[in-house]
Amino acid sequence: MTAPGTEAEPAPTGRAGEILLEADGVSKVFPGVRALNDVSFTLRTGEVHALVGENGAGKSTLMKILSGLYQHDGGEIRLRGERIVLPTPLSAQQMGISVIHQEFFLMNHLTVAQNIFIGREPKTMGFLNDDAALNRQAEELLDRLGVNIDPRARVSTLTVAAQQMVEIAKALSFNSSVLIMDEPTAALTETEVETLFRIIGNFLSPTTAVVYISHRMEEIRKLSTQVTVLRDGEFVATKPASELTIPDIIQLMVGRKIASDIRPEPRASTEPILEVKHLSTAPLLKDVSFTLEKGEILGFAGLMGAGRTETARALIGADPMTDGEVIVGGKPVKITHPADAVAEGIGYLSEDRKRYGLILNQDVTANTVLASIPAFTKGGILQDGKMKQVAQKWVEVLRTRTPSVNQRIRNLSGGNQQKVVLAKWLERDCDVLIFDEPTRGIDVGAKQEIYDLLDKLTDEGKSIIMISSEMEEVLRMSDRIAVMCNGRITGFLDNSEATQEKIMELATQFSVIEDNTSEVQS
Amino acid sequence: MTAMQDTAVTGRARRGIPDRYKAFIQQGMVVLVLIVLVIFFTAMKPNFASWGNISSLLLASVVTGVQALGLSFVIATGGIDLTPGLGMAVTSVFGAVLIAQQGGFGLPMWVGILGCLAAGALLGLINGLLVAYVKMQPMIATLAMMMVCWGGALVLADGRTVSLRSIEGYDQIAVGQLIPQVPNGVLILIVLAVIAGVVMNKTAVGRYALAIGSNEEATRISGINTNRWKVLAYVICGLFTGISGVLMSSRLSAAQPTLGQGYEMYAIAAAVIGGTSLRGGRASIFGAVIGAVTIQTIFNGLTVMGVQDQWQKVVLGAVVLLAVYVDIMRRGGKEE
Repeated sequence: MTAPGTEAEPAPTGRAGEILLEADGVSKVFPGVRALNDVSFTLRTGEVHALVGENGAGKSTLMKILSGLYQHDGGEIRLRGERIVLPTPLSAQQMGISVIHQEFFLMNHLTVAQNIFIGREPKTMGFLNDDAALNRQAEELLDRLGVNIDPRARVSTLTVAAQQMVEIAKALSFNSSVLIMDEPTAALTETEVETLFRIIGNFLSPTTAVVYISHRMEEIRKLSTQVTVLRDGEFVATKPASELTIPDIIQLMVGRKIASDIRPEPRASTEPILEVKHLSTAPLLKDVSFTLEKGEILGFAGLMGAGRTETARALIGADPMTDGEVIVGGKPVKITHPADAVAEGIGYLSEDRKRYGLILNQDVTANTVLASIPAFTKGGILQDGKMKQVAQKWVEVLRTRTPSVNQRIRNLSGGNQQKVVLAKWLERDCDVLIFDEPTRGIDVGAKQEIYDLLDKLTDEGKSIIMISSEMEEVLRMSDRIAVMCNGRITGFLDNSEATQEKIMELATQFSVIEDNTSEVQS
Repeated sequence: MTAMQDTAVTGRARRGIPDRYKAFIQQGMVVLVLIVLVIFFTAMKPNFASWGNISSLLLASVVTGVQALGLSFVIATGGIDLTPGLGMAVTSVFGAVLIAQQGGFGLPMWVGILGCLAAGALLGLINGLLVAYVKMQPMIATLAMMMVCWGGALVLADGRTVSLRSIEGYDQIAVGQLIPQVPNGVLILIVLAVIAGVVMNKTAVGRYALAIGSNEEATRISGINTNRWKVLAYVICGLFTGISGVLMSSRLSAAQPTLGQGYEMYAIAAAVIGGTSLRGGRASIFGAVIGAVTIQTIFNGLTVMGVQDQWQKVVLGAVVLLAVYVDIMRRGGKEE
């Protein structure tokens, strides 16, 4: 099956518009989740093909299948009309399919040139590395891309943007015809984005093509020639970018108008439970001030790298703050270690549950009681029975799906892992809960459950800071929204006045007028 | 939302066997290997199974067993401690100098014992502070401290063996027999193993040590002062090193400043054979004791068979490799 809107006759070899890479009816099932269902995608030479969709739409899965990281369960993949199998990322690379991941796979202590040619170093006398040739070849590649990077520089000394260029140069060195980029601009500044676009232009030729995965609509409109939209693992449409407006794309992505009528009733509360004043950290955060009222959800919106997670981490003492004041329940407190924050009743649920939230090789019980161990010891001895009872209680209250409380955390799904982290803080009786991307990596059904839980928690008097990159989530859950950009809070929006456009406007307000930064309080 | 999703969340363990039984199975394997070795040596040389030989074999396991117990706490946190071997030398010499009649201060015996334990705890404290607060790599910090112990023992003893023969009853600590035919050292090891087992599995100390070894950052974010608990793990290890110092000098009725080199390797090997993962997050107290006995069984059995000392070490190395390989297979060749 060919995607609609791409039915042109294949052009002769070496001409733009020829079919290069096809995914035909590709499906992928993970235990319990159908990540991709009969998805087709056609990439033609000479084009920048944007792949868009909400989180969990299946973009990453498709990309991982095309790059040999995952194996598809159904359908087939063709390269220049020939069916191919990609058992490993290396095989994809050898066939000319390169991926620029969000995290780079570079060896920080090696030089740019060494990284580009790792495993393929030019040799003299058959075994000695020929550094001169190595650097020369790297320089040629970088020149072809039109970037000004010293091939002898250590990768660790480069900016994120420059490291990305090194990855692209590496792809070019494999003579890749397909370059797949996953959110390449997420960590770049505006000028760096422009450089990236120029370099993508330099990469494109009548025999190559780029797959561009992004959430940033403006970029997609500016850069891409074709747009394919996925939703909940299904193919929605492929259309020329010129025929689509941004609202059109959003409409296709969400499949429904972003409803404003499902917003919560504004909660009338004027009892501040947590005040943060002039919080700063080196090097990112500058003068972040906000107040959290009892029983509200304060949403934190912003682009990636705006400083929302950093704010949370500094607030709970996980990272040092260079300046700032924290007031809990009216009295100033000093927080220099997460233990201090927990003692004040502040619990943090990280976006990266596996790294910062869970002890993966321990069971549900151990994870539930982790923050409350002293309450479960009698004469120095842990009360196993009591711990299990409590874990069981939270499993029932939060409706965590697990065969038993003895189940190891690693065997639970993302949504249920999230509930166990939540149980940990509820057992510790935290009144302020900071949810960092509460539904990241959680499938659509479980999301709704998490939303219901957040609502229920605030009804019970808990106060929530919710950091989220999903616009819909922020709009739907928050009583008030703080928007951050570049380490500052650029504005607060009340639930009644907030729109996607207003948030976006504040989130991209890179240059802030100095005098209104610190005093923005709702 | 659909039926699919419900199967998603039942979260069955991989490969059928529930995780908590896997641990039992592995412990069973360790014991099985030991039994097979005993049967093998007995078949080759029936003398091996005489009670006299078995009890001397067990007594010889005590020092490594005690050190492996303490080391289990450090390894549980994901660290390593190389000081048990020469730490034993320096603590035993320190204790001996306090009580020895010649070349010592001639203080009462209990002062020497407490001094030896205190020196061990201090050594552990220094190791712990270097690792947790100065943020040195455990391998390097304890390697350096091992050298300090090495030299320290020689300095304290002035390069000679400190004799404790004239101290009445000192040898009884390890070789006396409160229960007929069972050396006290073996009893002490069993009692210490029970205590260590309780501390590891039934108290906050073990709970936090294992949590830190599995995921230090998540433990810290949960409001636990991970540095403090890490230091405690090293102090426990040092304390057990001190206990091994008392047991060793009691067994020999002397403190030798040069004895202890390589013992840290036996302690690590004992823990590994017993199923403790050097990646941290998993420790077996029972396994550490069985591991120590297994090592002595190999040495003793091969000696009885007339195999040269050099070859015994090669065999031990092979057994450690095998133990690590079995551990990797158990996890299906995946990172834990």
